[in-house]
Amino acid sequence: MDTPAKTSSAVPPRAGVGLKAAHYTPILEQHPDIGWFEIHAENYMGAGGPPHRYLEAIRRDYPLSLHGVGLSIGADKPLDQDHLIRLKRLNERYQPGLFSEHLAWSTHDEFFFNDLLPVPYTQEALARCADHIDQVQETLGRQMLLENPSTYVTFEDSSMSEIEFLRSLSERTGCGLLLDVNNVFVSATNHGYSPEDYLDAFPIERVGEIHLGGHARDQDDAGAPLLIDAHDRAVADPVWMLYARVIGRSGNLPTLIEWDNELPSWQELFAEAQAADAILLQDPPEQQHVAR
Amino acid sequence: MSAKTKVMTSTMVAGAVAVALSASISAPAAAAGKEKCYGISLAGQNDCAAGPGTTCAGTSTIDYQGNAWTLVPKGDCVKYGVESQEAKFELPGERQGSLEALKRDLPTG
Amino acid sequence: MSLAELQSGFIASLRTPSAAAPESLAAPAGMRPNRRFNVYRNNVVVSLIEALRSSFPVVERLVGEEFFKATARAYIDHEPPRSPLMFQYGETFGSFLDAFPPAASVPYLGDVARLEFARLTAYHAQDRAAIALTHLSTLPPEQLGGAEFQLHPSLTLLTSRWPVFSLWAASSEQQSAQDVNLDTGEDVIVIRPEYDVDVRCLPSGGYGFLRALQGGASLGEAAEQATQTTENFNLAHHLEGLFGLGAVCAVELRNSKQ
Repeated sequence: MDTPAKTSSAVPPRAGVGLKAAHYTPILEQHPDIGWFEIHAENYMGAGGPPHRYLEAIRRDYPLSLHGVGLSIGADKPLDQDHLIRLKRLNERYQPGLFSEHLAWSTHDEFFFNDLLPVPYTQEALARCADHIDQVQETLGRQMLLENPSTYVTFEDSSMSEIEFLRSLSERTGCGLLLDVNNVFVSATNHGYSPEDYLDAFPIERVGEIHLGGHARDQDDAGAPLLIDAHDRAVADPVWMLYARVIGRSGNLPTLIEWDNELPSWQELFAEAQAADAILLQDPPEQQHVAR
Repeated sequence: MSAKTKVMTSTMVAGAVAVALSASISAPAAAAGKEKCYGISLAGQNDCAAGPGTTCAGTSTIDYQGNAWTLVPKGDCVKYGVESQEAKFELPGERQGSLEALKRDLPTG
Repeated sequence: MSLAELQSGFIASLRTPSAAAPESLAAPAGMRPNRRFNVYRNNVVVSLIEALRSSFPVVERLVGEEFFKATARAYIDHEPPRSPLMFQYGETFGSFLDAFPPAASVPYLGDVARLEFARLTAYHAQDRAAIALTHLSTLPPEQLGGAEFQLHPSLTLLTSRWPVFSLWAASSEQQSAQDVNLDTGEDVIVIRPEYDVDVRCLPSGGYGFLRALQGGASLGEAAEQATQTTENFNLAHHLEGLFGLGAVCAVELRNSKQ
């Protein structure tokens, strides 16, 4: 396979955005001053065609983060080996600076449900997730980051907190963590705990990347607010404030603006990234954080 | 039509190739002049959030065998005479599979 | 409850809209979290409906958004994805539509769906360089009858008893009052030689000729078959079209002459 010239692999501690097909052309034409792009790995798992041509062109100029949405790390069943190999090939081809997946599951029996389903925080699930993460890191030959989920339900069987679960996984497998601040706000609201307390307790030294995105509002069975991780609008003000709090504690970290539905124009998305950069760039460079 | 008189010989194949060549001697193999265009983007995208959750799409029951299905097609197909010519559109028994999608796996190049 | 039991129960509830939220879920304030659980039901169904809408825009335009969404909902229930790659979802949508009673008044819908899926497949197919027709001039003329063609990896051939190309073209170009004669069937080639997916209506005899080549027949054999089944089959014309589309990637000569 030909390996086109690429810019450095390292994802800088700046803002990036999720790469959408609708924005390929403005990005290639305007060459915006943005730190990096993140792709959903599954959208580039075809054998060839325009997606790869665009991605190669963009990868020549920008660092890349590879974000999987379909590996189903939290499933009881073994990982899909074909899918793992596809991830390995993408990783080799595009040399992303970061690779991440979710603490969630989406496959059952032979079916794929295309959503990030919740994991019970039990010892059994912890062991299963740890095995799967080990397998991913071995196959890809690199560290992965695991993302905290947005959840709408909790399980009777859960015997530890989400933070304990994530911390244990990170310690057992050596994986880093991807801290989605919007997910923290969504889950904290949905389950009635303080997002500030959650963030203060989060093992920030394991965090290699931050996600920010928009959420929708609904109501639960008792009429209480139920937030839904929708990625269909701008980042909410309380989430920006939580983000600034995190950065104050961690130093600068690569920060992604996620916007997957009701896509804005490139200019509007770019402006969101610039808003994140404005918070990041207040930090002096020596405080920049390196994920371990 | 008599098949016997139309059997392709090597000479005829060579002749047809010669005709085709003379007609398109300067044509490139594939469309040229598209250097800037990487092709339109077709969908079927994976995302990590589904969009607004405030919907009953996933919670309504599905019954298209019984009487519960009340919707009728009413897009562009209406222009193609579906309503006025409905009698013409009886489902032919052999129709299923009338269209075959054939792809051969080719060796990787 | 084991993780396996918990996940099986979760999926069973997920796939049964009338079911209560799974027993494994905690009940905040003593209430079964049915609305909370419905977020997952909705996420799954909405995301898959949207995937199908974006992959089958012409089918949607033909039947209207409301009917399409309801049909997609039924298809998702009948045939959830088996691959985590959304661009591969919908391979069986055409055959589902063939047998879907509410769509019986639009009998060409399945064929249009197959055409749209062929476009999606071509879009993501392996890249491979095509060769020019002039390549044939480098081969010994007397051996051309034994030439075998390797066709482009993105190529799909479709044959329909309906004017599937005209229906697709009229609706995809958003022409309002396109006159499509439903009495005639059409054959279609879908290919992506370089960047753009090309959809063309095949002239008479083209489908059989290309299908034979695709199946490994030599140029002479394929042409002979086409000559026997199609009146005035013009081999030169078909070769020009085939190479003009960038559909031929390699030509191999058989040792034996015809």
